[in-house]
Amino acid sequence: MALEDPKEKWSSAVATVRIGATAAEGGTRSREIVLGGETTLPFLHFEGATPNRPVVAMEVLDSLPRDWPEALLKPFGDVVGDPAAWAAKCVKEYAAEAICLRLEGTHPDSGDKSPDEAAKAVKAVLEAVDVPLIIWGCDVDDKDNMVLPACSQAAAGEKCLLGTAKEDNYRTLTAACLADKHALIAESPLDINIAKQVNILVSEAGFPLDRVVMFPTTGGLGYGIEYAYSIQERGRLAALTGDKMMSPPVVCQVGQEAWRAKEAKATAEESPRWGPPDKRGPAWEAMTAITLLQAGADLLIMRHPSAVAWVRKVADQLTQTS
Amino acid sequence: MIVIGERINGMFKVVGQAIQDRDKAVIKDLALKQLAEGADKLDINVGTATADPAAGMAWLVETVREATDVCLSIDNPNLGTVKAGLEACTGAKMINSTTGSEEALDTFFPLAKQHNASIIALCIDEKGVPVSVDGRCEIALRIVAKAMEHDITTDDLYIDPIVLPVKASQAGPGVVLECIKQFSVLADPAPHIIVGLSNLSQGAVDRKLINRAFLTMAIGVGLDAAILDPLDTELMDAMIAAEMLMNRAIYSDSFLKAYRQR
Repeated sequence: MALEDPKEKWSSAVATVRIGATAAEGGTRSREIVLGGETTLPFLHFEGATPNRPVVAMEVLDSLPRDWPEALLKPFGDVVGDPAAWAAKCVKEYAAEAICLRLEGTHPDSGDKSPDEAAKAVKAVLEAVDVPLIIWGCDVDDKDNMVLPACSQAAAGEKCLLGTAKEDNYRTLTAACLADKHALIAESPLDINIAKQVNILVSEAGFPLDRVVMFPTTGGLGYGIEYAYSIQERGRLAALTGDKMMSPPVVCQVGQEAWRAKEAKATAEESPRWGPPDKRGPAWEAMTAITLLQAGADLLIMRHPSAVAWVRKVADQLTQTS
Repeated sequence: MIVIGERINGMFKVVGQAIQDRDKAVIKDLALKQLAEGADKLDINVGTATADPAAGMAWLVETVREATDVCLSIDNPNLGTVKAGLEACTGAKMINSTTGSEEALDTFFPLAKQHNASIIALCIDEKGVPVSVDGRCEIALRIVAKAMEHDITTDDLYIDPIVLPVKASQAGPGVVLECIKQFSVLADPAPHIIVGLSNLSQGAVDRKLINRAFLTMAIGVGLDAAILDPLDTELMDAMIAAEMLMNRAIYSDSFLKAYRQR
């Protein structure tokens, strides 16, 4: 007798969020990216659908990176520091599906660039590339509240994804994204209860949940990834069993967390027995990403081109149904 | 929890009058109010308000259907009236209810199948409601077996252990709690377990408090559906909190509001 697959019956699905406005929608992007829509746990094709392959976005800074090791800087050469040229290289040479512009240079301790300068960087990147854009602040609430509305306005009509809205700082960004028709990243500090609360707060502020992407905070491989994993998994179970407030798809900061680890960034001189850093670092980043794919990540923000290519290939294989 | 709103019942004066006057606005308003407060399905009971219950039932069903497409629970002991309700009901529907006697099950299960309706089956048979847990489990087992025979999935089956007024039988609620525990292991996947909550406090004082306390206790042992008054805010709050405490819903500071925003 043939054994039947033990299938769970889920009552609902992960929300579908579209980023990037094409000409048909009044934007200038050549295509959109579609996040979420799963009707089962990650890649259980026998049980439900994974209609959209998880997307890998490449991270670009608006300033010179302060703590990127040589192995990570090398693939980008002299474009580092020029966000438009950097983004163009990611798209043309490394086939990036989306760009995440990280406004680290607006941080008060790291350049303190003005909202106007940040908005210019946003415009320059939008002109240099035609893929969808994610705009991420410097994570200093007061500064983000000045910078992100300016960036939102500069990118109006392009249906970007802006972040982040937090439990105690969501009104300004939510209002800006609502006005300029962008999508919104809702952040929580590795805490499922707060993850739900932020979604409730932004939806109470009139923001549609089908334009929200959750950032539950990412833990790096070897540095708390299991916490991130179990929180994402619990959230996904809730989404599939009808908790609308937990239905948004999930974004992970893979590059940032992976390259924080000494296992990724140590030089050959520091750790001669760990293998060459230009292979070890990308491997660490790719392993982090692949683990998070299994936890249900829908959007991965990554750095090293080899890791990006690797993870895209794995995501392709996992998403294929046959 | 699956909440079936009980307020559209001809035994309530306002509803009875509306049925007699064929006043659609009153009924639709009551339907939408219950849904706004967290009801998932609506019970439709024509009561004794009209000389022609079948026609009254059909009118009630059509009226509510104009306001919402949620599942309607066709509530009547009379087969003819139930049929009239089912025929009038487009979209999702359930039968409330059949007894657990073999004859009733062989009548109502095929009817449910024919109308693609889910169904509530009561732990009562020709000999009445058994006093003991074992007696009720015996009927529940018969219900589950008959459901399989008639190809009714456990997802479409709601078993009611029968809640009697606590004032009449104080041992009753404890028996029901034990039944709920045992019913959840009758089949895998388990059938839904439902109670008609308000009956518990018939004739008693502090009715709302009694209902509220019992509902949270029943949720604690596995109850997953109830026919109740969703307009009783304290009752709904207690239910939502109990669900959260059982880890069936993720806590958030706005958990009460979040439940109602579903």
